[in-house]
Amino acid sequence: MGVEGIGARVLRKEDQRFITGKGRYTDDFNRPGQLFAVFVRSPHAHALIKSVDISEAKDCEGVHAIYTGEDVAADGLGGMPCGFAPGGGPQNAPPRPALLKDKVRFVGDMVAVVIAESVALARDAAGKVNVEYEALPSNTDTAKAMDADTPQLHEEAPNNVVMHWEIGEADPVEAAFAKADHVTSLDIINNRKVPNAMEPRAANAEYDPAADSFTLYTTSQNPHITRLLLAAYVLGISEGKLRVISPDVGGGFGSKIPFYPEEAVVTWACRKVSRPVKWTSDRTEAFLSDTHGRDHVTKAELAMDKDGKFLALRVDTKASLGAYLSTFGMLSSTYLYGTVLSGPYDIPAIHCKVSGVFTNTCPIDAERGAGRPEATYLVERLVETAARETGIGVVEIRKRNFIREFPYQTAVVLQYDTGDYETALEMALDKADYAGFEARKKESAANGKLRGVGFSTYIEACGLAPSNIAGAIGAGIGLYESAEIRFNPTGSVSVMTGTQTQGQGHETAFAQVVASKLGIEVGNVDIIHGDTGSVQWGHGTYGSRSLAVGGSAISAACDKVIEKAKKVAAHMMEADAADITFENGEFSVSGTDKTKTIGEVILTAMVPHDYPLTDMEPGLDQRSFYDPANFTYPAGTHICEVEVDPDTGVTEVVKFTAVDDFGNVVNPMIVEGQVHGGVTHGVGQALFEKALYDEEGQMVNASYMDYIIPHADNVPSFAVGYTNTPCTHNPLGVKGCGEAGAIAAPPAVINAITDAIGVRDLDMPATPQKVWDIIQSNGSAKAAE
Amino acid sequence: MTTVSMTVNGKEVSADVEDRTLLVDYIRENLKLTGTHVGCDTSQCGACVVHVDGKAVKACTMLAAQAAGSEVVTIEGLANGGDLHPVQAAFHEHHGLQCGFCTPGMIMTAVDMIERAKASGQKLDEATIRSELEGNICRCTGYHNIVRAIEAAAG
Repeated sequence: MGVEGIGARVLRKEDQRFITGKGRYTDDFNRPGQLFAVFVRSPHAHALIKSVDISEAKDCEGVHAIYTGEDVAADGLGGMPCGFAPGGGPQNAPPRPALLKDKVRFVGDMVAVVIAESVALARDAAGKVNVEYEALPSNTDTAKAMDADTPQLHEEAPNNVVMHWEIGEADPVEAAFAKADHVTSLDIINNRKVPNAMEPRAANAEYDPAADSFTLYTTSQNPHITRLLLAAYVLGISEGKLRVISPDVGGGFGSKIPFYPEEAVVTWACRKVSRPVKWTSDRTEAFLSDTHGRDHVTKAELAMDKDGKFLALRVDTKASLGAYLSTFGMLSSTYLYGTVLSGPYDIPAIHCKVSGVFTNTCPIDAERGAGRPEATYLVERLVETAARETGIGVVEIRKRNFIREFPYQTAVVLQYDTGDYETALEMALDKADYAGFEARKKESAANGKLRGVGFSTYIEACGLAPSNIAGAIGAGIGLYESAEIRFNPTGSVSVMTGTQTQGQGHETAFAQVVASKLGIEVGNVDIIHGDTGSVQWGHGTYGSRSLAVGGSAISAACDKVIEKAKKVAAHMMEADAADITFENGEFSVSGTDKTKTIGEVILTAMVPHDYPLTDMEPGLDQRSFYDPANFTYPAGTHICEVEVDPDTGVTEVVKFTAVDDFGNVVNPMIVEGQVHGGVTHGVGQALFEKALYDEEGQMVNASYMDYIIPHADNVPSFAVGYTNTPCTHNPLGVKGCGEAGAIAAPPAVINAITDAIGVRDLDMPATPQKVWDIIQSNGSAKAAE
Repeated sequence: MTTVSMTVNGKEVSADVEDRTLLVDYIRENLKLTGTHVGCDTSQCGACVVHVDGKAVKACTMLAAQAAGSEVVTIEGLANGGDLHPVQAAFHEHHGLQCGFCTPGMIMTAVDMIERAKASGQKLDEATIRSELEGNICRCTGYHNIVRAIEAAAG
């Protein structure tokens, strides 16, 4: 089994359907008699709705219905629930109706829905819905959101404040700064990023009058959460009357975690029109309405003694939450942010304040990394800047401050169970040929280019999440994961998991876990996910949790299977169950040569003709729930080398090395793919990406014509390596790998550019114009002459 | 409405469509060939690439009526029965896909790229492959393994 089990580079089972065009994404499903929805969205960032006139639109060809915010309110449809509120005041959570009737608060806010025979006809009619707006002054600037003269979005949130939140203790930090020999301070903007899953969101809802129940196909990373929120909070129906199916999902990166108003409206409307209703986002809608990520404005200060030993970290952040609170909107800028500010460093005192604010922008929620990239970016920028200011050196300063004894209690709640940061750093230095950097820099200079190198020694907290901790900090749900194993008599198994894949390869990696545990070939293990009708409750995929939490649930269910199967095998071999051992798919009686394969045991349990039915139930099916004891703490070193063209300001990432400690690795091929993709997200944030809102609140780059996400020629091939300190508290010893690249890469890239062009302050994205301006003003171009 | 006929994956097909119907919608909605995807509305992402008369074309950039009478191949028509096209096999072997959404367009672009290179005797090096992928966006893989797959398939 070794070739297919944990640790093997097994090619993906799911590939066959994707490479032959047989993948089934939400928009690929068509229901009999289906109609199409197009939403009427606000062109204003902030405006009162004076009237909505549908008289012309409703007579358009093919139109079946048009619903407005008044209709939604008249039917008593519940507002969009907020699923997380951190402790600390004031936590203002204004209502968010699925369709607005009084006021709109960002460009893309939804006012009405047109339901027609085709998308084209619905679009034609939507253009004839006449909405009269009274435009109001708007605010899209996070830094100014709380200012006295800034327009207010919600009556319930004076000064646009959602919450003031803090973590760590202020007094020890103040004391440490008072005695520090050196303080490094940076003002940092973490740029608002659009997740940009390649598959646009879609939702297709159908009502069955006979069963009085709904089926919703939707692009979700967590269909059970969508079912809970939609059934219980919006429609006011039993969850059992709503089946949510999230079939193949074309990328998520956080944007498919939230429960969206479009999902609520099509489900509500399909019963009203007695026909299935399908909505598929176009890319412009996606830019305007898929939740965005980041958008922090921060002052960060690091205090150290004369030897460069860190004494304290002080952080003050304004975080935009957009125009409304998305499902988990407040989580990314609070607990997923403040708790990882210690990085891999021993920092005795940390204090972080966050003000969450409303702005007239698309709501914020998780985006690959969610809070941890923001924290890592400021810590790694501070550390690298401090190293340069003090002359200690970027490698040496890290070595002086790495945590070396575990478990380690940080000053910001988390307790790291294990890690080995210096080994990863050394491996990365070697792999990146850091010793040869100066020679490469000279070579670049000879070609008229400025070469720089930047580091990022990151840590992240994943494997969301220990339910006790989640509950204590304000999540309304537990965050365990579930698994169910069902057997077929001839030995194949179906494994139901509450996680949901958007391309991460669960159908292969989870099958490898089962293969290793039970000795059943990967090809005989089917992983079932993404359907509340067939999968027991689960929490979905985000926070690099699927393997660490979902995989651990599968592992635990396998243990239960083995426990029972031993009893069956004992009966078959006329032995005592205590004498049965199980290895490589074979049950043996200790001290004898008697054996039975797992296939034989499965058949006997499923077809119990010779079976102690009075003592034991037939079958081997088992279900398990796994709730982690702690977060997992992947860590590592990423080293980026850039070449900047001083004539154009264009930055090219010419070399990128990632050495990560993900604990045990189930499938190195899949993990490497996750690193490549994550790093590319990070390069995108560092060099290209930012949702740009103008003073009127228009998003001016809401298309691929204007918002650049990395193309193939914007990134190099990557050098990837691993260290391994297995997680100490889950049965697989795994930590999670999906977000690491997006967390680690941005500071590595920016540190490399600041090194290349000899500047201290540089905000992302490092566009050619920005970099060229700096080069012109500081004379660094001369270095390349 | 106009009757538009063409050959798709070797079969004669015909459908009555509105004049404004794009080729990609004709393929997805009328022929129910949903392997060709729509990822944007500005012809940047390349998820909808098909072959029209032997050339890679973004099916969102032409009207169905413009393809009338043409030979169209979609991702569903690439494999020879149960035998994968070498580019499909290479994407599998080199883990050149994750969520699979951009994959059909990537593969159709790669097939065209490799065939053009072979016809002109050009060697497809990494820089050329990356440059040729300008019209296809992937948000999952970071392109690393897509490049490996195309290198392998190009031989």
